[in-house]
Amino acid sequence: MNATSTLQPDFLLAVESLTVSFDGFKAVDDLSFYIDENEIRVIIGPNGAGKTTVLDLICGRTRATEGSIKFRGKELTTMREDRIVHEGVGRKFQTPSIYEDLTVFENLEISFPRGRSVWGALLFKRDKEVKERVQEIAEMIFLADLLDLKAAYLSHGQKQWLEIGMLLIQDPDLLMLDEPVAGMSVSERKKTAALLNEIIKDRSVIVIEHDMKFVEDIADKVIVLHQGKILSQGTMEKVKNDPKVIDVYLGH
Amino acid sequence: MKSGFTLYTRKELISLLILAALIFLVFPAVLDVFRLNLVGKYLTYAFVAVGLVLCWGYGGILSLGQGLFFGLGGYGMAMFLKLEASTPEATKIQSTPGIPDFMDWNQLTALPGFWQPFHSFPLTLVLMIAVPTAFAWLIGVAMFKRRVGGVYFAIITQALAAILTVLIIGQQGYTGGVNGITDLRTLLGWDIRTDSAKFILYFVNGGLLMAALVACQFVRKSKVGRLLVAMRDKEDRVRFSGYDVANFKIFIFCFAAALCAIGGAMFTLQVGFMSPSFVGIVPSIEMVIFCAVGGRLSLFGAVYGALLVNWAKTSLSESFPELWLFAMGGLFIAVVLAFPNGLAGVYDSVASRIGKRRAAAPEGAPDAPPAPSDLAVPAAAAHRQPAAAAKDDEERLLLGGDRFLGKPAS
Repeated sequence: MNATSTLQPDFLLAVESLTVSFDGFKAVDDLSFYIDENEIRVIIGPNGAGKTTVLDLICGRTRATEGSIKFRGKELTTMREDRIVHEGVGRKFQTPSIYEDLTVFENLEISFPRGRSVWGALLFKRDKEVKERVQEIAEMIFLADLLDLKAAYLSHGQKQWLEIGMLLIQDPDLLMLDEPVAGMSVSERKKTAALLNEIIKDRSVIVIEHDMKFVEDIADKVIVLHQGKILSQGTMEKVKNDPKVIDVYLGH
Repeated sequence: MKSGFTLYTRKELISLLILAALIFLVFPAVLDVFRLNLVGKYLTYAFVAVGLVLCWGYGGILSLGQGLFFGLGGYGMAMFLKLEASTPEATKIQSTPGIPDFMDWNQLTALPGFWQPFHSFPLTLVLMIAVPTAFAWLIGVAMFKRRVGGVYFAIITQALAAILTVLIIGQQGYTGGVNGITDLRTLLGWDIRTDSAKFILYFVNGGLLMAALVACQFVRKSKVGRLLVAMRDKEDRVRFSGYDVANFKIFIFCFAAALCAIGGAMFTLQVGFMSPSFVGIVPSIEMVIFCAVGGRLSLFGAVYGALLVNWAKTSLSESFPELWLFAMGGLFIAVVLAFPNGLAGVYDSVASRIGKRRAAAPEGAPDAPPAPSDLAVPAAAAHRQPAAAAKDDEERLLLGGDRFLGKPAS
């Protein structure tokens, strides 16, 4: 968009000419955008616009057909998923993705960034540092009293919180959240908004969200995706008044 | 739960002691050497079954080819024993003395190169475990790094077990063919066919099994154990928490293979021969059944499963040899349908029900009189009651959750 070359160390994430096609269908089509350090970016768009696919591409779940994704100058499109995590990219899935057979404590502990190799995991010690950090995160995500409960018995909202907590303990530099308040009750939604406002400090965040009120509250900049392409981008104010956007999305 | 690393809880320690008492005291006291030797043979399958608990029960990796590793371990030991039995003096009637008898029958005139290392006992001990483990590693890398799993993995392992059987049978001159490697006599000069040797080998086997159980428990209680459960449930989440999932699968598959190999070697020592009939598809599936019947989430359950199913096999096939395979198949279907967590699951649910009833009785009586006083402070009572209920609920879940980690309904 601006004077951007491929050599810009000031951007945390640089997505350039990103394309992915599934059997000829281009889910993401020649997409380029840049994320600064500590920026909150929201991606909105109608169903099937390619929002989740963009996150999948960044975290390595889907591989790009063309284009590049650079995180702090490192190419992510060819990197293994766990390496991308080690670089500092964290991803929350749309449906709560937690380990139902483990306790809340164990869920958080697994996400603690230590002992990630086989030997490291064999010799991993549940020491004071781990316990304190788990306790700290559990208090943030309102689950401090339920640490020994099997995660399967949590409510939907609590599961969403737990997954957010699992990302927090990972302490990523880029946090990607896919519809974090979807399917939550009004009171859960409020608590989650407060929680998210707390955790988006000191890191860059990409959020996919439909809740416009929520988007207006937190977003620095908004990208509107439509059929794999950027339809409009800028501040929420600007996007909201863009006739193209009103036509395909907000007007409905 | 949250406090430091404890290898065994009190309950688990008691289970371990009961099993140890059974193996080291009860069986030797009540069984004659012939039956004790049979139990020893059954217990060699327990090595396979406990490996499957970690690999299949915890990690969700179903291998239908554990016979492969059991066989490789068993053959390693058999090759050493065979060479020791084939001294030039003992085989002087052969056209080529000094090589195993079956090689001579197959017109081989020199010992094949891959047999040479098995002249040395230390080298045999290393190779016996290293070869199957390396083989498991190769399979693991080829499959898991490419994200092949589930049914495909099971079918491929089964095919590999079948291939090894065909190879052993086909290469008669090198392997002893369908008869296997027979007529094994001494281990470093010590006659393994005597009653006293069988008695001692039974205890060695039991000791090794205990060590294997402790090693498995260590893996189970380490973060690897929890990661295996996590991977079984949500593999992608584990990957996006920064773990290379394939490496953990390869590790646990190799670990299980190494246990199989130890079991196989002890089998050869106690039974006195090794043959392809312990390698192929049928024995490999039987091994999964031992684990399923005992409980695929319980290390102790797997040991009891191996003992019980093998004992049933011996007794049934003595009287109705044709029926056994059908009975085994029926047993497997019944267990999967009715008791997905095997004997251990049944034991746990019965034990927790009894425990609950026992706990409920003394609590109920003294609780009744102070009820009015509770009413006097409704706020406190209201606060206390849900907390107590939650605690109780939590305990119930944890009791169930400790072993019953599988999805409740499946």
